[in-house]
Order: sequence, then structure tokens, then C-alpha cells
Amino acid sequence: MYRSHVLVCGGTGCTSSGSQQIIDTLQKELEKVGLQDEVSVVQTGCHGLCALGPIMIVYPDASFYSMVKVEDIPEIVSEHLLKGRVVTRLLYKETVSASGIKSLSDTDFYKKQHRIALRNCGVINPEVIEEYIGTGGYAALGKVLTEMTPDDVIQTILDSGLRGRGGGGFPTGLKWKLTKQNQADQKYVCCNADEGDPGAFMDRSILEGDPHAVLEAMAIAGYAVGANQGYIYVRAEYPIAVDRLRIAINQAREAELLGKDIFGSGFDFDIDLRLGAGAFVCGEETALMTSIEGNRGEPRPRPPFPAQKGLFQKPTLLNNVETYANIPQIILNGAEWFASMGTEKSKGTKVFALGGKINNTGLVEIPMGTTLRTVIEEIGGGIPNGKKFKAAQTGGPSGGCIPAEHFDVPIDYDNLIAIGSMMGSGGLIVLDEDDCMVDIAKFFLEFTVDESCGKCTPCRIGTKRMLEILTKITKGQATMEDLDRLEQLCYYIKENSACALGQTAPNPVLSTLHYFRDEYLAHIQDKTCPAGVCKALLSYHIDADKCKGCTLCARNCPNNAIIGSVKNPHIIDQEKCIKCGACMEKCRFGAIYKK
Amino acid sequence: MENITIKINGMQVSAPKGSTILEAARLAHIEIPTLCYLKEINEIAACRICVVEVKGAKSLVASCVYPINEGMEVWTNTPKVLDSRKKTLQLILSNHNRSCLSCVRSGNCELQKLCKDLKVDNEALYDGEKTPSEIDFSAAHMLRDNSKCILCRRCSAVCEKVQGIGVIGANERGFATFIGSAFDMGLGETSCVSCGQCIAVCPTGALSEKDSTDAVFAAIADPSKHVIVQTAPAVRAALGEAFGLPIGTNVEGKMVAALRRLGFEKVFDTDFSADLTIMEEAHEFLDRVQNGGVLPMITSCSPGWIKYCEHYFPEMTENLSSCKSPQQMFGAIAKSYYAEKMGWDAKDIVSVSVMPCTAKKFEIGRKDQAANGVPDVDFVLTTRELARMIERTGMQFLALPEEEYDLPLGIDSGAAVIFGATGGVMEAALRTAVETLSGEELPSVDFTEVRGTQGIKEATYQVAGMDVKVAVASGLKNAKELLENVKSGKASYHFIEIMGCPGGCVNGGGQPQQPASVRNTVDIRALRAKVLYDADANNPIRKSHENPAIKELYATYLGEPGSEKAHHLLHTSYVKRRINEI
Repeated sequence: MYRSHVLVCGGTGCTSSGSQQIIDTLQKELEKVGLQDEVSVVQTGCHGLCALGPIMIVYPDASFYSMVKVEDIPEIVSEHLLKGRVVTRLLYKETVSASGIKSLSDTDFYKKQHRIALRNCGVINPEVIEEYIGTGGYAALGKVLTEMTPDDVIQTILDSGLRGRGGGGFPTGLKWKLTKQNQADQKYVCCNADEGDPGAFMDRSILEGDPHAVLEAMAIAGYAVGANQGYIYVRAEYPIAVDRLRIAINQAREAELLGKDIFGSGFDFDIDLRLGAGAFVCGEETALMTSIEGNRGEPRPRPPFPAQKGLFQKPTLLNNVETYANIPQIILNGAEWFASMGTEKSKGTKVFALGGKINNTGLVEIPMGTTLRTVIEEIGGGIPNGKKFKAAQTGGPSGGCIPAEHFDVPIDYDNLIAIGSMMGSGGLIVLDEDDCMVDIAKFFLEFTVDESCGKCTPCRIGTKRMLEILTKITKGQATMEDLDRLEQLCYYIKENSACALGQTAPNPVLSTLHYFRDEYLAHIQDKTCPAGVCKALLSYHIDADKCKGCTLCARNCPNNAIIGSVKNPHIIDQEKCIKCGACMEKCRFGAIYKK
Repeated sequence: MENITIKINGMQVSAPKGSTILEAARLAHIEIPTLCYLKEINEIAACRICVVEVKGAKSLVASCVYPINEGMEVWTNTPKVLDSRKKTLQLILSNHNRSCLSCVRSGNCELQKLCKDLKVDNEALYDGEKTPSEIDFSAAHMLRDNSKCILCRRCSAVCEKVQGIGVIGANERGFATFIGSAFDMGLGETSCVSCGQCIAVCPTGALSEKDSTDAVFAAIADPSKHVIVQTAPAVRAALGEAFGLPIGTNVEGKMVAALRRLGFEKVFDTDFSADLTIMEEAHEFLDRVQNGGVLPMITSCSPGWIKYCEHYFPEMTENLSSCKSPQQMFGAIAKSYYAEKMGWDAKDIVSVSVMPCTAKKFEIGRKDQAANGVPDVDFVLTTRELARMIERTGMQFLALPEEEYDLPLGIDSGAAVIFGATGGVMEAALRTAVETLSGEELPSVDFTEVRGTQGIKEATYQVAGMDVKVAVASGLKNAKELLENVKSGKASYHFIEIMGCPGGCVNGGGQPQQPASVRNTVDIRALRAKVLYDADANNPIRKSHENPAIKELYATYLGEPGSEKAHHLLHTSYVKRRINEI
């Protein structure tokens, strides 16, 4: 028995900000005071509140330390762990109130969340199978193999209303049913862990924080569809996830929860990893399978669909990580429990990766139907520096921008599509008044152009031409004919591309054109960037009335573009100015502005 | 076969289950345009030219791969469809080197035809940055100009799926994608076998043989040179296609007339040396059978096959017949026997060949192919290059008279002319070997079991009390399958004929290009092969050993087949190579 458990986040975010050193230091400090046998240090998966990392939670009192530094450790050990005095100044400030210390689940960030897919992330040690089993792990697999027929399993998933969390939102149960229907000597179950949307990292967090949930779900899926081999296609850029998956697979094999005759049921199932080299297109199901087969990752024509001819031309079930993470809970708690959450056609919860202009960047899991307002203002803690909300970008490079007018639309698959965006894998980037929508569209298109596999003409050349036109617009060189050409290309590429990557590539442009056409027109007709982002269209100036002639700006200008003598107003030589903004940042009198 | 009824453009169409929309439309006499599609070879739906509207589909679909299903409604020519195809072409053109006026494929370019058919009136609409590219000159036989490549991948598909080689494929991704070899090796540094099938299927001018026409024109204009030419059997069966004649037209007479008018001093027939090859090869085969030589013996006429064997089956080069190919035998005889006969110095002879083949351009530079201290053959022209020379000199090919080859190296047997079709060398060899071995005249000279365009053929013949097992393969993927069966002991033969190109030389990489629409619907190989089998049937001499010019050559110059002199002039050696090592 330990008298205290210290949970330190070992997700990628917190690891990057030094959580491993914190754990090492913690263990040394505990030894110094002789507490190493009384306090257990647990490296967990992601807690979601990445903005506050590295994160440390001390149980039994659940004190939530945020932005912990190695230098803070001796104090936490000697005060809190040795003497039982919480170091209040290091706690997450929202948990500290006049009346005492609030529970983490009562904070704005957590109280509206409902964690199903993320339920074990930040709670258990993902490298210890017993901790997963201790929280009900593998009970669902046991139930399925001993009490349910494959058809029962599929019916449960169908009834739950679960839809694919990877982007398309295809009904999961139906996919299982179609795969089961196709007879073959060999079938496969694959897991899409090739998370590629910029800013989305929920799959990584699940794999890092709760890898067994995915293994268990895949085994359940294998039983349901009639497959005995699974593959997890995971990005090589997720080294922590890959390590923990390897550990988890080995532990599950040792525990005979993978392999031959699982639970004595006669059902065999095993899982292997396949590492992707980081091509976005390999998240497309047919490209993913082509890549697993050892070929260049390119989509292939559908039909035949994977349920008919997938991996190695055999019927194949492919779901993504988050989808799988829901499965054991649905089996254990029942379809009705899951279907009671969410909206009419989108059941359960969805994990979103909050990013951009928002205070609480990180990972949140919310019931379907939660409004954008709740996510941004309450859970996300609003927009920093009192700036005005402009739009939320969802669905990554395949998605679109949701403007303020749709702030109260309940988030689900169909509503997002109706307003010109999509769920995608759950990236949610908040944009404020300082963001230029043309520039945002250009950012996403740059990504698509970079990631196009180059197989079909519309995507390979069409997106490149779109980007060239967008670049012209942001430089103030475009005409209205260019805008027309851009719009026509968007519709053409959607209709003609071979796979979803190309078919959805124009979405960021189309949705910004729909809601923010005035910004495009400002760039084209007035040659201005209203948000002051597009460098070619803005210039820096010094207000002679405010300038005190302190020379700070001139001394900081990297290109000697500022002229003026001491105590006299300075001016900027527009020919030499490279628009880096260093002067504006340094000016102590607010005398420098851009227009 | 179960039929399915669908509606195309409002018309009821019944087509076999499993058909694609493209195939069903063809039954309704609608030819949906395609660019990347090659039936059973390249079914990747990459170019998006063949898009059509399907009721209920969320976007346009690629008709080349989309299967029909009962009750489907398809529209092939709506404004949306036509506009989409046009935009696809405009996008391709925006990244295409549009030096079309002088392009080697001008007038015979599938992209050009589509642009005209689909009324691409603004070819510069989407002009912007172009994918950087450099011309790859590294191979002996061809060059790749990726500035004209449209990434249809027909070349890489044919290389991998038909030839089983796969030395080319897509490199990089997105807009930077280009077709090349692994690790950016030049084609000439890889184990490319020079078969030229990639050129044959290229819809544009991105791939072409290395041009020898200028050099040949220059040689002809040099008064100090005797420029002589030989033409391979398969050339006569396809040259007419370049002048609009139907596939399967024999233009031997007009071709001879054209060559003479181009200024070649003597116009000869490779058929002559094909007969000579049979004499040497049949002798070698009998020698191996009777004296315990390495069996099976495998033919050595096809330089693409030879290079393939050296790279991919180096342990089997001992099985190759040591006979030079007919092209090289011809050159060796022309610069020795014929030179002496004419009183010419071998150094003053420029030996040109016209071949259906691009690997022949590689072959002339091989070691041990210069019997008289000078190269046996100096320049190889493909059938296409000959057509271009005829066009360049303003000859009205179709109006030319029919002329005869010069003597004596223009005399042939029917056995020689069928060298151009798969199974032809085997049949010719059997005609001679069986008669030699049995000492009796054959009741019938037709060995029909080894004819036809299927990839692998087998037969067993009773010869002088012995069962002679033979096999014939064409196309290197088939060759690989056959050889692996031999290596594993699954099959055993005495004699094997292998041709690098599927169907043999009639379908060689140097023949006039036919567009995909024809390749997908017409058995080009069979039509061209028929020309050769008809010529064989019409030739009073059917056996190589009965060719009078061959008899005279042995009687007056070589002595016996396999003599020391014959060995010096007509036999060669091979190199053991490895994959992607020259």
C-alpha cells in the first residue's frame, strides 16, 4: 500500500516540456527523504489540459499541480508529500478558491466534459496491463467471447449509433456488418492510427494513455467480423505511442488476451504494428491498406470497398483509434447507455483538440450536441487578450470555418456539414479578429498541396493552381477573374478527385469564401488585408505625435529601415522595411502602427 | 454470363455483369475518352478524363473502373461532364511542355487528340509553376522527357505488370511527382532491359527512342560510305500503320522501295540471317542434345530477353544459345562475306538495321558483337524512325511501287519471316531440326501448337524416337514464370523460345504506337502476326535449310554450321549482371 500516488503526465505534450525529468527528480527527492516505498510515482497518459503542462496530480487529495518545473519538485516533496502541506502557489489556479481546493472535475475545463474514449487517459499507467484490467479492461472482450454471438455484438454497435470518429462519420455497426457478410478464407481488422490533421492529437493521446482499450476493441471487432489478424497503422512520428503499443501488445499476448484460444473460446486473434512514414494520404482507407501491403501509399478506386476487397484483397474492417476506444464501454454499458448521449443522429461523445486563439488549448471530450459557445467560452476558457472571436476551423484541411453566427449550433456530424464544415477527426482551431481568412485558407491548402499523393490530376495539379491563385490574392495581385477561376476550380476538384483528400481539399476555401467573401474582395479590390496579416498588403508607420524619438525602434530594426535622430519623430523607409514587426513590438509609446 | 441492364444517356443498355461503365458504353457505341486506362494493365482511374455522371453518386465517377449495377443511370456527355474533362485537360496542359509543333508525337499524341476533341480553346488558362524536370539520356535506347509526362503511369504499369520488371515508378508526391527509377538512378544505370514497351504505351512524347535518323541521313550523304540496310520481319507488318493503313497490312514492297529512295545502296532482309540463325541454332541444339550440353537451350534472338536473363536469371546464361541475333549475324556477314564479294573494305560499310525493337539499339553496343573489328551493325532505326524518315523526305509512301529486296542477302524462307511472331523461331527451328535429326522430309511444316498470342505455350514432338519438349514464352513476366518452373523442377524442356515483348517482335517497343482506345479493343499482335504467317504460307521455300542463298553461304564461305568460321562470326557471349547493376 502506498500512502500517496503521484500521477505525472507522460503524454507527448508534457514529455516535450520535461515531464520525464520531473519524474526522475521526483524519484530522487523521494529517496532523499526516504519516501520511495510509500509514494508511488505513476507516469500516465494525457490529461487533456496541455496548455498547463507538465501536469502532476497528487492523490489521495487530488491536488492538481500545473506547469511544474524541476525546481519545484523538492518543495512539493518536502512540503506536500512529507509534511502534508499542499503547495498552493503551484496549483492550477482555478482549483484554488477562498473556500478551499476545488476538485479537478469541478473546473470549467473538466466539468462539462464526458470522458469515454479518454476515460483512462491520465488515470492509469498505460504500460501496466493490470491497471487497465483494474479499471474494467478486457471485461468487454470476455463478455463478448463468452456470452455474445458475433451478430449480437454487431447489433449492439448498430444500436449504439456509434459513427466513425476518423472524419467520415460512417455508421460503425454497419461497417462491421458489411465486413462480416463477405465470406473469405481470411479477413483483417485494421486500426487507422495515422492521425494527420494538423493540430489533432486525440488518437495519439489514446494510444499513449490507454493502448489496451484499442487492442481490446480490435479483438472484439475481429470476433464480430470473423477476422483473426489485426494491424495498427501508426505514424512513426508518434514514438511514445508506438512504444506503448508494443508494450501493450506483448503484455496482452503474455496474458493470453491476444493469441490463440482467447478466454478458452476457441477464438484466435493477434495484432501487429505497421509504421507509417507520415504521409497524410495514408489516413485514407485504401491508401492505408496499400501502404501496409508495402506499396507507395496511394488510394485505389472504390468500389471494391475494403469490406469487400481490402487489405491484400481480403475483406477488411478499418476503424480509427477513437472509434475503437468507445467499443469496450459500449459492450459493458450497453447500446442504450451510449445512445442516450448526443443528438438524434450523432450519439456519444467526441474528442476535440482545441487550438489556436483559446486559453485552454488541449484535448476535450464532450457529448455530441454541445455548442461551439460552450466549448470555446466555458471549457476552452475563452479567447486570450480579450480579442473578438471570428471563426472556428474544424475538420482540418478537409473542413471549413464556422463563423460567430453559428456559435450556438449543436456540434454533430450533420450540423457541421450543413454549415459548410465537417467533424473531421476533431481538430478545432479558434480564430480571432487578428486572423486573415484568406491566409487561413491558404495555410490549409498549402498543407493539402504538400500532402497530395500526386496520383489524380485534379488534386495533383488543381490544388497547386488554387494555391497559386490564393497566393496572388494575399499579395494583392489577383483580379476578379482569378477569384472566379478559383471558385470554379474548387467545385471541379470536389467533383473530380479520386479520393476524399482531393474531394475535400477545396473546403477551407469554399467555406471562407461563403462566410468571409468580403475579406477576399478587400484583398483583390482594395489591396488591403483587413486583419493585417498578409505582409505584402500592409505597411508599418510611425505616428509622429506619439514618437518620442527614443531610437529604440531604429536600434532594433534588422534592416536599418528606420531613420530619425534622438528626440525627434522617426520615420520608416518603406523601401527597406521587411515588415518583421520588431519595431512595433519594441516601441514603448504605441507610436508604431500597421495599415 | 449474366447480363445487367442499365441506362446510358437515356438508352437501355445490356452488358455482362462485372462490366465497367466504359465497357457498357462501348456496347452502346459510345466511346468514353480515356487517358490513363489500359485494360488489365493500368486500371487506376488516375487521370479522370473518363468521368461520367451516375444518378445518386455524390461526385462524378471514373467510368474505366466503376462497375455497372442493375438499374444504374449514367450520363456520359452532360455539360458538367464535358466541362470537367476540359478542365482536367487544361490542368494537364498547365504542367505540360507544349512544344507540340515539333514534338515527335505531334499528330499521334493522345493528349493532343483529346484537347482537340474536347475543344480546349484556352490551353494556357491555368498556367503556373511547372514541375522541374531534366531529360534522362542515360539509357542506350531511349530518353525520358518528364516535361511532357502527364503521369498516366501507363509506362510504369506495363513495366511492372506486363514485363515483371518495375524499374520505373512514381517518385516524390503531389505536384513534385515524377516517373523515374529508385534512388533517382538514370534508366541506363538500372536493370531496364530496353524492351521499349513503355514507349509503346506512352500517350505523349515523354518517352521516345534515341533518334538515329540524323546520323543515318548523314551516312547516306557521305560518298565514301556504302550504306546498306536490313529490315526485320515484323517491320513490314506494322510500318503501314504509320501511314494510315489498317493494322495487319503487309507493306514489304513499298518499304523496300522507300528504303531505296532514301538512298540506301543495298536493301536487304533480316530474314536472310534469320534463316542463318536457324542453321546455327538447330545445329547447336542437336549438339547439346547429342553431347550432353546444357539444356534446356533458350533462344537468343531477343536482346531485351537476353538483358533480362543477364540481370534477373544470371545463373541461366549457360542455357542461352550462343548464336548472335539475326540482326547481328546479318551485320557480321555483311562486313565479311558480302564485303569480300563486293570488294568493299568493311570499314567503309555503314550497316543500318530497321527493327521493331528498341533493345536492338542496346544490342549493337554489346561486347563481342564486332566480328570483323568493326561493329556488326552501326545504326538501328525503329519502325517509327523509318516512318519519320519517309515523312521527312516527302515520299508519298502509299503511292510507292512494290519493289524486291536486293540479292543475295534479300532471299528468305517462310521459316524466317515468322521470327517476328511468338513461336516463330521455335517453329522455324523445328522445321530444320526435325528434318536434320530424322533425315526425312516433314509431311507438314506447320507446328501450330506453338503459334498464337498466349503468353506461355508448350508442346512435345516425337523426333526420331525421342520426345522433344519445347516451350515458348513472350513477355518477360511470362518468361519469369516459365523459368521459375524450370528452376524449381516443376517443368522440364529441351528447347525454349523466349521473346521479350508480349506477342513477339510484331508487338515490339519500336513499332508504331497505337492509342489506348485501339490497344484496349483490338488484338494488335494477332493482326500483325497474321501478316507474317500469310507470308510464310505464300513462300515457296518454307525451311531455312532450303534457302539457296544460305546454302551458298555455307558452301562457299562458312563450311558447316558450327564451323570455326561460323563460330567466330555468328556466335557471342553473355555477361552475368545483377539487379540494378549494369
